[in-house]
Amino acid sequence: MATLDGIAAGSRELVEAPAAAGGRPAVEVAHLRKTYGTLVAVDDVSFTVAEGEIFGILGPNGAGKTTAIECAIGLRTPDAGTVRLLGLDPRADRDKVREIVGVQLQAGALPAKLRVGEILEEYRSFYRDPADVGELLEVLGLSAKRGDYYRSLSGGQRQRLSVALALIGRPKIAVLDEMTTGLDPRARRDTWELIEGVRDRGVTIVLVTHFMEEAERLCDRVALIDSGRVVALDTPASLAARARGGKSVRFLPSAPFDETLLTDRPEVSRLEHEGQHILVTGTGELVNVVILTLAAAGVTARDVQLDSSSLEDAFVKLTGKNQQKEGALA
Amino acid sequence: MSSLSLPLPPAPRAASRAAAFGQIVRNEARLVRRQPVNMIGSIGVPVVLMIIFGELPSFHQPAASLGGLTGFDAYVPIIMVLGLTMLTLLGLPGPLVSYRELGILRRLSTTPVPPSWLLAAQVVVQLGIALTGLLIVNVVSVTVFGAPVPKSPAGLALSCLLAIGGLFALGLLIAALAPTANSVNAIGRLALIPLLFFAGLWLPRAIMPAILLDISNYTPLGAAVEAIQDSVQTGFPPAAPLLVLAAYTLVFAFLARRFFRWE
Repeated sequence: MATLDGIAAGSRELVEAPAAAGGRPAVEVAHLRKTYGTLVAVDDVSFTVAEGEIFGILGPNGAGKTTAIECAIGLRTPDAGTVRLLGLDPRADRDKVREIVGVQLQAGALPAKLRVGEILEEYRSFYRDPADVGELLEVLGLSAKRGDYYRSLSGGQRQRLSVALALIGRPKIAVLDEMTTGLDPRARRDTWELIEGVRDRGVTIVLVTHFMEEAERLCDRVALIDSGRVVALDTPASLAARARGGKSVRFLPSAPFDETLLTDRPEVSRLEHEGQHILVTGTGELVNVVILTLAAAGVTARDVQLDSSSLEDAFVKLTGKNQQKEGALA
Repeated sequence: MSSLSLPLPPAPRAASRAAAFGQIVRNEARLVRRQPVNMIGSIGVPVVLMIIFGELPSFHQPAASLGGLTGFDAYVPIIMVLGLTMLTLLGLPGPLVSYRELGILRRLSTTPVPPSWLLAAQVVVQLGIALTGLLIVNVVSVTVFGAPVPKSPAGLALSCLLAIGGLFALGLLIAALAPTANSVNAIGRLALIPLLFFAGLWLPRAIMPAILLDISNYTPLGAAVEAIQDSVQTGFPPAAPLLVLAAYTLVFAFLARRFFRWE
């Protein structure tokens, strides 16, 4: 795999990154509002993304994710609210913002009869300090396709080319809308690795996504948007923990025991029977508490499964919708 | 701000922007070459028509009904505007509308280069095709088929430029109004017959009844044929057809600008 130095904003900025981490945010969105006639697409959205962060925007279809992003990058004019990208107003400082923000919009195609290399060379010429085409293609696994027409690419390859176009200008902020939709699981994982590599070079990444797994794997923090509002904003793990009020341990006791031994512990909030198994829900060092308490009573916990709730649980709980199914249909 | 300006080298901005436009034009030219259907319509068809008419002996007899012109001389200006019309109705708006449909104009508006550059690049490429077609028809009609050398080359050049102006502006207006690439074809088919009728394709202007001739004078193709015909046969063309073409250029360009949607 080629080095990512060529596509990220440049390793020289890394020197600054620790100082910047506590300083100016990369993205500041405050009280964004956008209506189309009587339809309120974005009601009140605020979030801040630190430099070098991977920030996820999750939400059901029609929640206002894409509209919020389009306002944030200056493609649409919000009715109210402010946006700052590295301190710049995306509309007033349009030219500067276009230079430092790379965008991959949902569902964009390219001319069927242009070759991959020709497309990248064209977009490369738009920027002052662009990445190297060959290097970028290698990182994205498209080197062998450089001379191929766009129409001959698979869905996954087209998607990766689209990500490449967002990165060709060596942006300081990359905004990727549904970057892995339509990719097979393998290509999706490859793309995640690429994004992590880009972030490791100091690029701030804003991801709009349908996939819980993607958000859990990649994002430092996630904003859950529903009906035009941010309903939750936290790390994926905290959001998931909030959804069930904790984690749960499922096990098979070696012998019957006094269940109050467990339910009396402050860490345990609930105990349920699932056939022969017992499901204990709670917080803190739940696994240790369960195993040590049982051991003290001379009982062994077998077949222990730690079932920490997922971001998807949080999503369903907070929005009342099953995103994964919608995502699969979309 | 200081850390922001750091990664931007002091590049010669004007030169790099010209290079970016050059890259866009280059790719648009590649696309035209790889999908030659529009070049066939706007260069191939006129050239083939000219050869057919040029080979017909009857087309080289001066006819009193054509005001003493030969059929060939009457048809060369019509053939010239026919090529331009194909570009207007298909070559220019087709790619632009499909770029809007594919989200390419939208993608461009997220880069430092505005989407209007792609539109400008299309105009440049199609202008190249238009001028090539006009040049071939002019040169071959004179050198091979004995058409007269234009009396007023300057008038001919001006007439051609104004005809291109009016028709390209119409092409951009179609691009502005057509919602899909398929609708460009539908609009083109609808507009082609009346436009070409008043150019005199079926009934040359010399033998049009007065009422039709009056209408023809105020259509883009009628005015273009009149201006080109006069430049070739008599000298610098009168103001009327030139003004008609200039007016179409301005009005269509204004409307195209007013209604053009980038997404």
